[in-house]
Amino acid sequence: MTETPNPVAFTPERLAKVKEVITRYPEGRQKSALLPVLHIAQEQWGWVSSEVMDYVAEILSIEPVEVYEVASFYTMYHLDPVGKHVIEYCRTGPCCLMGGEEIYDYLKQKLGIQAGETTADGLFTIKEVECLAACGWGPVFQIREQFYMNLTRERVDEIIEELSK
Amino acid sequence: MATKILTEHINVPGIETFEVYRKQGGYAAVEKAIKTMSSEEVVEEAKKSGIRGRGGAGFPMGMKWGFLAKPEGVPRYLVCNADESEPGTFKDHHLMKSIPHLLIEGMIVSSYALGANKSFIYVRGELMYVIRILEKAIEEAKVNGFLGKNILGSGYDLELVVQSGGGAYICGEETALLESLEGKRGNPRNKPPFPAVKGLYQSPTVVNNVESIANMPWVINHGGDAYAAIGIGRSTGTKLISASGHIQKPGVYEIELGLGVDEFLNSDEYCGGIRKGHYLKALVAGGSSVPILPAHLITKTAAGEDRLMSYESLSDGGFATGTMMGSGGFIVFDETACIVRNTWNFSRFYHHESCGQCSPCREGTGWMEKVLHRIEHGHGSLHDIDLLVDVAKKIEGNTICPLGDAAAWPIASAIRHFREEFEWHINSPKEATQPGAVFMGAVLA
Repeated sequence: MTETPNPVAFTPERLAKVKEVITRYPEGRQKSALLPVLHIAQEQWGWVSSEVMDYVAEILSIEPVEVYEVASFYTMYHLDPVGKHVIEYCRTGPCCLMGGEEIYDYLKQKLGIQAGETTADGLFTIKEVECLAACGWGPVFQIREQFYMNLTRERVDEIIEELSK
Repeated sequence: MATKILTEHINVPGIETFEVYRKQGGYAAVEKAIKTMSSEEVVEEAKKSGIRGRGGAGFPMGMKWGFLAKPEGVPRYLVCNADESEPGTFKDHHLMKSIPHLLIEGMIVSSYALGANKSFIYVRGELMYVIRILEKAIEEAKVNGFLGKNILGSGYDLELVVQSGGGAYICGEETALLESLEGKRGNPRNKPPFPAVKGLYQSPTVVNNVESIANMPWVINHGGDAYAAIGIGRSTGTKLISASGHIQKPGVYEIELGLGVDEFLNSDEYCGGIRKGHYLKALVAGGSSVPILPAHLITKTAAGEDRLMSYESLSDGGFATGTMMGSGGFIVFDETACIVRNTWNFSRFYHHESCGQCSPCREGTGWMEKVLHRIEHGHGSLHDIDLLVDVAKKIEGNTICPLGDAAAWPIASAIRHFREEFEWHINSPKEATQPGAVFMGAVLA
């Protein structure tokens, strides 16, 4: 699990990216950068701590509460530490029709954790998510930017083995 | 051979690159529009095409463009809604990742039509890899002079920005999307004022779905009248259908509107029929929000006419015996699917996705989920069925945005058509809660 260092600071590359993102909006509308910047923060620290949110507020010249209320509204931001790989598992109807519930049970059993929990070695966290817009290729889960589709027990075994290396 | 407006070149190797897309005739619409047409003429072609919003509401796009306020000295914005999150819908995802330049080209001609110099594509955050594909395509278009300052020497400037969402179904609602784009929670706004008057940053704004905008290059190249000649009646052009569930060939298909539901479902060109050894039980034709149909109302209407893939035919019979085109999320259920479980699943989705602003939706979606949960898990009472109908009615029409309606309709329609299955869960809880148990009465009727 990643602990947020003190003081909090973006790497020079990410800070440059953040500054570029801010220029995309009209003058005085830098708050529009909030969601993208939170994604960049999560990419760096794995999750979004209150220290990170305060730092983001400072960069965007907005109040910390404006960051808190947004980070807690959108489901993609992790407000607690997570494992190295966050498995975001689709639990919505179309995936369930394709056997999504059975594969989900298998995954939880295999890793020995429930939704919201992290394995003891800190490698995997399971998070339940809603429809990922990939219903024709269900069951589906996502890890960071990668979609894993048409899941079967065998495929789950392969993926977990691969990511455990 | 059915006309392919959006997917004709989708399988050409390398079509995601500017070079290949250009070789297939890409960006000709930008040249034609910017060099030979006024912005009003482009709007006129959109109106003539009769194209209706492909995100779900089905409102005529040209008319929506016509509402855009144009006060002097105030910027106008075009925002593309790529927040595709409606369960059963994955067409925009497919289109953007496969042929990103089609959307970019559509954004350029549409922005030109509306007089926008900065336009946004708001993509759901889960599709970060698609965002990177779009950003790369934008960069290529810029290098080749189709974006940026003084496009093709015309004096017209356009900057395209891809914005990432943060994971919230509600941001598919256009005013919630605008709030989100301003860096806020996705709480839908009260209307009026409509975005056409006060949208992004309180400026006049048009919000259109990915598929709607992606049709514009073809409309410019061939004319709005040619587009309107495809399809049937007021359902003009083609539509992308996301097909999922118990069919032989799930995937995204482009159909001419007016195609028979029977042909779409059963022909090898499209879904290829129900998976082997099984039979059709139900259909959700347009994404999870639309009313579910039982087997006998899918390929035929209640009046016995062939049901067609068109806005009018799918809604034939109203909510009593019809459904809606919605987003084109075509979810097929065979006899192994439990309608109660699926309805509970959808109700959980809407409860989870309610933004919490309006009490009927915030509280009602939670109550409906709870009641459906207890019916599905063998603790329901017959009174619960009426209770669900009652709660659904009290949400419908009583909220700022349509999420409340979207939560109510699937439940009301499931009870309307599959009441016996709900009763079986309540009267025979031991059987109904066995793993894999499914009610077999209704499908035989």
